[in-house]
Amino acid sequence: MSKQTATIPDTDFKHTLSVLLKHNLNSFSRIIQIFSGKGFEIDSITFASEADPGMARITLTTYGDEKTVEQITKHMHNVIDVVKVTDLTHKKFIERELALIKVSSSKAGRTEIMLIAQAFNAKVIDLSQDKLSLEVSGNRDKIDALIEVLRPFGISSIARTGSVAMKREFKGVA
Amino acid sequence: MKTSNEAQKITELESFSPLESLKKPANDSEPNYCNGAEILIHTLKDLKVDTIFGYPGGAVLPVYDALFDCLDINHVLIRHEQAGTHAADGYSRATGKPGVVLATSGPGGTNTVTGIATAAMDSIPLVVLTGQVPTSVIGNDAFQEADIVGITRPITKHNYLVRDVNELESALREAFHIATSGRPGPVLVDLPKDMLNTKGRYYGTKNIQIPSYQPVIHGHHTQISKAAELLSNAKRPLIYAGGGIILGEAWEELTAMAERHNIPVTTTLMGLGGFPETKSQSLGMLGMHGTWYANMAMTECDVLLAVGARFDDRVTGRLSGFSPNSRKIHIDIDPSCIGKNVHTDVPIVGDVKNIIPMLDKKIKKPAIDEWWSTIKSWRKDHPLVVPRADDKIYPQHMVKMISEITHGNAIVVTDVGQHQMWAAQHYQYNHPRSWISSGGLGTMGYGFPAAIGAALACPERDVICITGDGGFQMSSYELATAVEYKIPVKIALMNNACLGMVRQWQQLFYNKRYSSSVFGSNNPDFVKMAECYGAKGFRATTPAEMRDVLEKAMKIDDGPVMMDFRVVEHENCYPMVPSGAALNEMVESDEEAGR
Repeated sequence: MSKQTATIPDTDFKHTLSVLLKHNLNSFSRIIQIFSGKGFEIDSITFASEADPGMARITLTTYGDEKTVEQITKHMHNVIDVVKVTDLTHKKFIERELALIKVSSSKAGRTEIMLIAQAFNAKVIDLSQDKLSLEVSGNRDKIDALIEVLRPFGISSIARTGSVAMKREFKGVA
Repeated sequence: MKTSNEAQKITELESFSPLESLKKPANDSEPNYCNGAEILIHTLKDLKVDTIFGYPGGAVLPVYDALFDCLDINHVLIRHEQAGTHAADGYSRATGKPGVVLATSGPGGTNTVTGIATAAMDSIPLVVLTGQVPTSVIGNDAFQEADIVGITRPITKHNYLVRDVNELESALREAFHIATSGRPGPVLVDLPKDMLNTKGRYYGTKNIQIPSYQPVIHGHHTQISKAAELLSNAKRPLIYAGGGIILGEAWEELTAMAERHNIPVTTTLMGLGGFPETKSQSLGMLGMHGTWYANMAMTECDVLLAVGARFDDRVTGRLSGFSPNSRKIHIDIDPSCIGKNVHTDVPIVGDVKNIIPMLDKKIKKPAIDEWWSTIKSWRKDHPLVVPRADDKIYPQHMVKMISEITHGNAIVVTDVGQHQMWAAQHYQYNHPRSWISSGGLGTMGYGFPAAIGAALACPERDVICITGDGGFQMSSYELATAVEYKIPVKIALMNNACLGMVRQWQQLFYNKRYSSSVFGSNNPDFVKMAECYGAKGFRATTPAEMRDVLEKAMKIDDGPVMMDFRVVEHENCYPMVPSGAALNEMVESDEEAGR
């Protein structure tokens, strides 16, 4: 996902927003409410403590054209407890997501799954007679790809964290 | 159902006597050490709150006990919390100060919801104080418990649940600051009963710091210059002024700018009074029931300056046909209003009061004689029509007469519907804070209680509540409040025995199928209704009687007057932009609408 070089299309486009706000559920609810109340989409959202005590960071991905996302950003700014909203989409940024994937594995298929896991740098974290659980982290595309490759084996459940992201410090061109 | 354990918990809390804590200061040398309720009162006094609209109940008993000894705050006992919220809203619109409401937990809080939403849609500063069940039982479905912070989240600018008495004072100060600054709006503070009974310290610290809340006040210089250039070179400029002119108290600046450069001004429903209608530059109101010439000017202009307006659908009509040839400049304090419905060429975020004088200085008077002659011909060919007859009262005539008798100097408060539009069209608004109406939410039942609030706030001004038989019945019980406090609201009831605007739409768009919109003879006798509350009541069925009644009513200053004006029932409000039509596709009569 090299968004850095992407041109800005007018159509719906994935945006990654990072929101710094006071750590309380009222403000978190107000952020969610912007989406539910005004008919915007949330693709994924994470909410957790920030480095400063009493502060929290929301990383949120959404789809929309530039105008829609501009409106979302403005509405989030209007939440009293929000300190800063950054649209990382057109900046250089790093993004990670973690997923736990539980796959059905017969004795015969197990080796193949483990080879696939190796190729994706995923770890086997649970193993039983007929199921196998993998932990994988990376950007969204990589996790989507792994899930697609594993699907023929029979995936029984998936738990994904959604994106967490921050600005990349390197700003130049290598 | 409470378990015995919970019940005991509640009993323990109830047994803590607020009276005792009031009578015996813990330490005489520390007068600022008092319970939450007293901290609340101290803070309100310090914030110069002079009037509270409230209704008591279990959870706010500590506050009412503290209020009992407080002589500096005038508590008005309204008869329903919704009306109380509207009254506080009317108080705020008449003065610019924040309105304050006090309600108990559960139903008290939920009753304020419509009032809060009304204020939120029109950006009115309110501070709503609600009682809450003790913190130990929050979430347990205790008696009269409601998650009012959750319920009001989408309709408040911000809200608080104050669990710790030591955070009460700062929460209140923040609430008032947030409600009144930036784009104003309602803020709710939820007060658990045990917190109100717990002792804490009143600090009296006046400076508030909310690092995450810094509204943009000053406009961007480059943007202002760009706007000035557009306006200076415009052939057909138009100023479109909204409620932000009133909220930002920028009416003098706007008037000066428009007069100096001779630019036509149209106001929105919320902006009425922001530009005097006696001035030659005034085109009156625009929008669905705006004047012909304002809507045509909006469609034909080449540079549009929107100030403190939000391009509401009642103003724009069909978006694809809205002001198609204009470059748009939009000044607003709320960035989320800019570019929301209509593309803006020059956005300027900031306070209109700061920005207009800067813009004014930079504009070079545009050469627009041709534009003015076009506007003048529109004005001549399509004026607002006031039908008159000797034997019956036309609703437009009723408003016109009220305007004449009060010389356009009264505060007009309305409900919602036909009478509201006629009151907007035919009363001549020459002063700001003289038009009080629920614009955004369109809340029926708003008018009368809001008029009570306005009359309490401005005892020196005449307050006329132009209302309908539908809307008035949604809050008629406030007659009791108006009589008790001798509030001289003049209720001009435009009685057409039906829900006029609903009936009008059914006539025009639903094949005259008047489903649930006609009261007919099922209305009460409004004169008797007023009398049974101890108010004066008059009735008029002809213009001559109407003049008599109005003249008599204007002299009554010791309580409310009901004027039951029986108007022509099937009169419709024109001009009208039918829903889905563009602004210039107005109809001016039943015949045209039927086509």
